[in-house]
Amino acid sequence: MNRIEEKFKTLKRNTEKAFVAYITAGYPYPQCFEDVMLALDKAGVDIVEVGIPFSDPVGDGPVIQEASYTSLLKGTTPAKVLEWVANVRKKTNIPILLFTYFNPVLVQGISAFLKKSAQCGVDGILCVDLPVEEANAYKMEAEKNNLSTVFLVAPNSSEERIQHIVQKCSGFVYYVSRLGVTGEKNDIASDLSDAVKRIKKYTDLPVLVGFGISKPEHASFVASVSDGVIVGSAFVRYLKEHIHGSQWKNDFVQYVKSLVDATKKTKNTT
Amino acid sequence: MKTLSENLFTEPKTPYPDDKGRYGDFGGRFVPETLFSALEELEQVFRSARDDPEFQKTFQYYARTYIGRPTPLYFARRLTEHLGGAQVYFKREDLAHTGAHKINNALGQCLLTKRMGKTRVIAETGAGQHGVATATACALLGLECCIYMGTEDMERQRLNVFRMRLLGAQVIGVDAGSKTLKDAINEALRDWSLNVKNTHYVLGTVHGPHPFPWICREFQKIIGMEARQQILEQAGQLPNLLVACVGGGSNAIGLFYHFLDDKDIEMVGVEAGGKEIAPGMHAARFAGGSFGMLHGAQSYVLQDEFGQIGSTHSISAGLDYASVGPEHAWLYSSGRVKYTYAMDEEALEAFQLCAQLEGIIPALESAHAIAYVIKEAPRLSSDQIILVNLSGRGDKDVEHASKFIKLDT
Repeated sequence: MNRIEEKFKTLKRNTEKAFVAYITAGYPYPQCFEDVMLALDKAGVDIVEVGIPFSDPVGDGPVIQEASYTSLLKGTTPAKVLEWVANVRKKTNIPILLFTYFNPVLVQGISAFLKKSAQCGVDGILCVDLPVEEANAYKMEAEKNNLSTVFLVAPNSSEERIQHIVQKCSGFVYYVSRLGVTGEKNDIASDLSDAVKRIKKYTDLPVLVGFGISKPEHASFVASVSDGVIVGSAFVRYLKEHIHGSQWKNDFVQYVKSLVDATKKTKNTT
Repeated sequence: MKTLSENLFTEPKTPYPDDKGRYGDFGGRFVPETLFSALEELEQVFRSARDDPEFQKTFQYYARTYIGRPTPLYFARRLTEHLGGAQVYFKREDLAHTGAHKINNALGQCLLTKRMGKTRVIAETGAGQHGVATATACALLGLECCIYMGTEDMERQRLNVFRMRLLGAQVIGVDAGSKTLKDAINEALRDWSLNVKNTHYVLGTVHGPHPFPWICREFQKIIGMEARQQILEQAGQLPNLLVACVGGGSNAIGLFYHFLDDKDIEMVGVEAGGKEIAPGMHAARFAGGSFGMLHGAQSYVLQDEFGQIGSTHSISAGLDYASVGPEHAWLYSSGRVKYTYAMDEEALEAFQLCAQLEGIIPALESAHAIAYVIKEAPRLSSDQIILVNLSGRGDKDVEHASKFIKLDT
């Protein structure tokens, strides 16, 4: 059992909702990686999704596109991200899920990349543009290295596809709450509850919801109909705007905590 | 001509794509989950359209009366005499409506859009030819049209931007990354994943996730189907060598496809050598690329050791792309087609030579193919035939080329 699976076991025992935070590694600048990770840990985040910046992030909205572009300009590479993860791993046990596009994994070798990731203290991986149909070798290698494999389910995924997808998932299932790319929006899909139930027909894994969550009331609503909440663009944007001086760490912890708390105090409505 | 009464979509002569959209190790369907069902729907609709005589009749009707097919096959007498070797024939796709082969695919896919009951079309464009072709087909069929174009390309192709807007399309500049074709594709994919319910993405080349490379080939293979019949009628023999430029590779696959089983016919795809074969200075994927995945398909990609996509350069916007269609990657690895490149300067020389000897201003893309012919024709004998795809006309490039060419006054 890896840290992600252990985390969900604990959450289940405590009937607690999960809170997952996404950050783009190396953004706004490479040196802040460890501080950001430790701040997320301090704020009570359950799992961190560490995004490896990619040159052509077709699945991401403007906030993460810009973050990826800036991070790459400042010299971030997948190898450096894994090195940072290995360093921060000495200081925290927070479960880490790598978020990446498939090409960097493919080019560095699926087997070698996953092995290296596990050695550096990564607990799971999500390849946003790798569909389950193409994921057999990848899934096998991930299992060998005790890495969870998270795949996305979308609102327009057919029942048949949902069954395929959840079979390949471990750790949790990531439900994309809206069509489109990552980003913040002011409304949250109201048929969310039905969608989560549709997935749960086929799996006992926790179903977490992401894409479009930026406020405590969003988090609270989403948590009420699912097993947890994933917040990405809102944190990336916050860091862009606030990361200067020395005060930012405390403010950032408070901001993250407002969303974590909203999630944690939510109980099921269904 | 007989070809127009034939079934346009005769059975493929290759086993590819297979049911996973693969061409050997290449191709596939690597997209975020939000796009998966749209691709499945598209594949289904295309399969049924392909087998539907009514759909084919409609496509053929527009091909004949609107695009102006069949396009002529032209014997380039003065160029042939000048080069002093093989006979050179041009397949005149530059005479197709809107000035390039792109309209074959754009019209076909817009007809598919209507068949799916969708009302909005989006497309990416590099040189602007695919954007113009798509805007044209949308005007013809009454579809809303939105074109994504890198701002760097908009600068290089101002005239085409105006043409698209004149045709009623919205042109959205993409300022991200290298501001060229790949960034326009990224943005189009994002739009599509957001608006997939009412929107079809008309991808302009034989690249992208399955079924796009297949669909585009099926609409472009009419080029080779016509050319084969025309050369037999005019020269009484099959060509010895086929030549086409390769960006994504749609005009090349369109010409090559119906000749693939003729083992004696050599085929050469000409990529953009740019300024030199060094990172960021060219777009010759087979010369400087490696196995990777971009925009949904595994193929040859210009990239760094970590799989970050490299920047590219070509004087021709239509060839300025970091990857190449997966079927070309397969034809390369199987050895059936040879790939080479022409430099910016060689393309500019071919551009001028073709204008002066034949009164035809080729697109800078097509000029890359002619540049290869200029080198190769003198090595062949006068009873041999080179058939080159003149994939587009050069009006759009005149302003850009004038910055590089000094003419005597």
